[in-house]
Amino acid sequence: MSMTIAEKILATHGGRDRVEPGELLFAKVDRVLGTDVTCSLSIEVFRGMGVERVKNPDTLVLVNDHFVPAKDIKAAQLSKNMREFAREQGVENYFEVGRSGICHSILPDKGFVRPGDLVVGADSHTCTHGAVGALATGIGSTDMAAAWALGELWFRVPETIRLEISGEPDPWIGAKDVVLHVISLLGVEGALYKVLEFHGPVIEAMSMDGRFTVTNMAIEAGAKSGIIPADATTLDYLRTVGIAGAEPIDADPDARYASTIPVDVGSLRPQVAKPYLPSNATDVEEVAGEHVDQVVIGSCTNGRLEDFEIAAEILRGRKVHRDTRLLVIPSSQAIYLELLKRGLAGVFVAAGAAVTPPTCGPCIGGHMGVLAENEVGLYTTNRNFVGRNGHPSSRVYLSGPAVAAASAVAGEITPPYDVRVNTKLQAAKG
Amino acid sequence: MGGRAFKYDDHVDTDVIIPARYCTGFTVEELAPHALEDLDATFVQRVRPGDFIVAGRNFGCGSSRENAPIAIKGAGVACVIAVSFARIFYRNAINIGLPILECADAVAGIEDGDTIRVELAEGAIENVTRGGSWRAAPFPEGIREIIDAGGLAEYVRRRVAAG
Repeated sequence: MSMTIAEKILATHGGRDRVEPGELLFAKVDRVLGTDVTCSLSIEVFRGMGVERVKNPDTLVLVNDHFVPAKDIKAAQLSKNMREFAREQGVENYFEVGRSGICHSILPDKGFVRPGDLVVGADSHTCTHGAVGALATGIGSTDMAAAWALGELWFRVPETIRLEISGEPDPWIGAKDVVLHVISLLGVEGALYKVLEFHGPVIEAMSMDGRFTVTNMAIEAGAKSGIIPADATTLDYLRTVGIAGAEPIDADPDARYASTIPVDVGSLRPQVAKPYLPSNATDVEEVAGEHVDQVVIGSCTNGRLEDFEIAAEILRGRKVHRDTRLLVIPSSQAIYLELLKRGLAGVFVAAGAAVTPPTCGPCIGGHMGVLAENEVGLYTTNRNFVGRNGHPSSRVYLSGPAVAAASAVAGEITPPYDVRVNTKLQAAKG
Repeated sequence: MGGRAFKYDDHVDTDVIIPARYCTGFTVEELAPHALEDLDATFVQRVRPGDFIVAGRNFGCGSSRENAPIAIKGAGVACVIAVSFARIFYRNAINIGLPILECADAVAGIEDGDTIRVELAEGAIENVTRGGSWRAAPFPEGIREIIDAGGLAEYVRRRVAAG
């Protein structure tokens, strides 16, 4: 057969035996994800198409996450438009503030994505869902309206880059360090129009929380999607979200790749991406000492339980530096509840952090923590473009939760093994 | 069509094309006055209908926000010529009917402020100021059909109407 995972999924959904990179085809979509920030335009376009009813309302998932809880009147109207459309069209899977979360947590955690699915979402980080072995990709609002109307959408069959990630990194190296390193190797356009297939022992050993972090950032190398083939870890996770009997899809042994890139992370240091590109990753030691006004731990990249467990390990019994603000943002209500049950929320609040409800908020410079002129942020989010997080003169560094928590305590960019913030990991380092 | 070139670098991202602070709005009227605001604060005052954006690699990288091509089109830009486009921006531009052309040689041969002429149907680009003419890579057949329909909404409308 000689097909990659993405080719297999597009062939199946396009009703073909096989497909070749570069081909254009219409393919049936299994899930169509919309959010408060992209739906209103889609609704207007949909009406203009002369279509009364969404073709497959059960495939829609509509999530309030970007500007919620509503930041102002216009944001409130965006949510209202989506809410009324969901009611009108009989969309069951509509997620309201207080029962919602960031869409890229909601979609997998509610059991809406299976291996082999074709998922589209009017949010660029829809590539996250490739972590369960699906082909998931971001689209715009007109695309979403077309998918609502037709139940299918046009795709260009992408070439695939195969990444083989190996090595045994130090214990404080996490999924974010790995993916920031990969993006720095590829560059922000290194995977343009292509899919990244992640393989290798480092990926195989990674938790689902970590895998979502890796695929989430595929778009930051320009990729159409990041895909991790489903394995026992995936199937265990899927069972916890109510999916039994999922069938993993892997690439054929003779599948053709645009390139195969081995990446050894055995000697990787904790990574920090400097302003203003996510591909500007460097060793944390290179930028250590830079003052940070605000630290954000959360987002669709690093807002899952494992991320907060890592952060809490460092923040337990410590205080956020007096010249620094720390925002902790669980990526869903379910994760928020876990933080409460496990006492992690208490650790953060006692340290002097603001724990907020799930929202994209500060990651897009939307609300709940926007940066002022010349301020510096260290965020566990996915992008640090000019003006992304607030004033155009503000500067944001990207890191994983360990560096972020350590830096919040020290008030400056700090490695997680720094003795001031983490005696335990210092000991582990030997 | 002819107009002036506004030339920019690689990786012009959607956050500088239209920052999220304006994305509670989605109409041309709300977005166009802020096009490229965080990249070039005077762009909107200077651009005239029929002008062009000429840029480097990976134009429109970042967010899926369709607000970005809407803001550019609404500001009067006739066509964006770039070495390459980020894939969601590429789709969005085609879907809403913002003309785009990929042509690395043309980008190399055009400076900021040059007067250029473009024939979209042939993908022909000419630098009137300093000479030089180029031809952009043609669109694949399936994408051509969407462009010819005037965008994806009209394409779908016709398809639905035809049953």
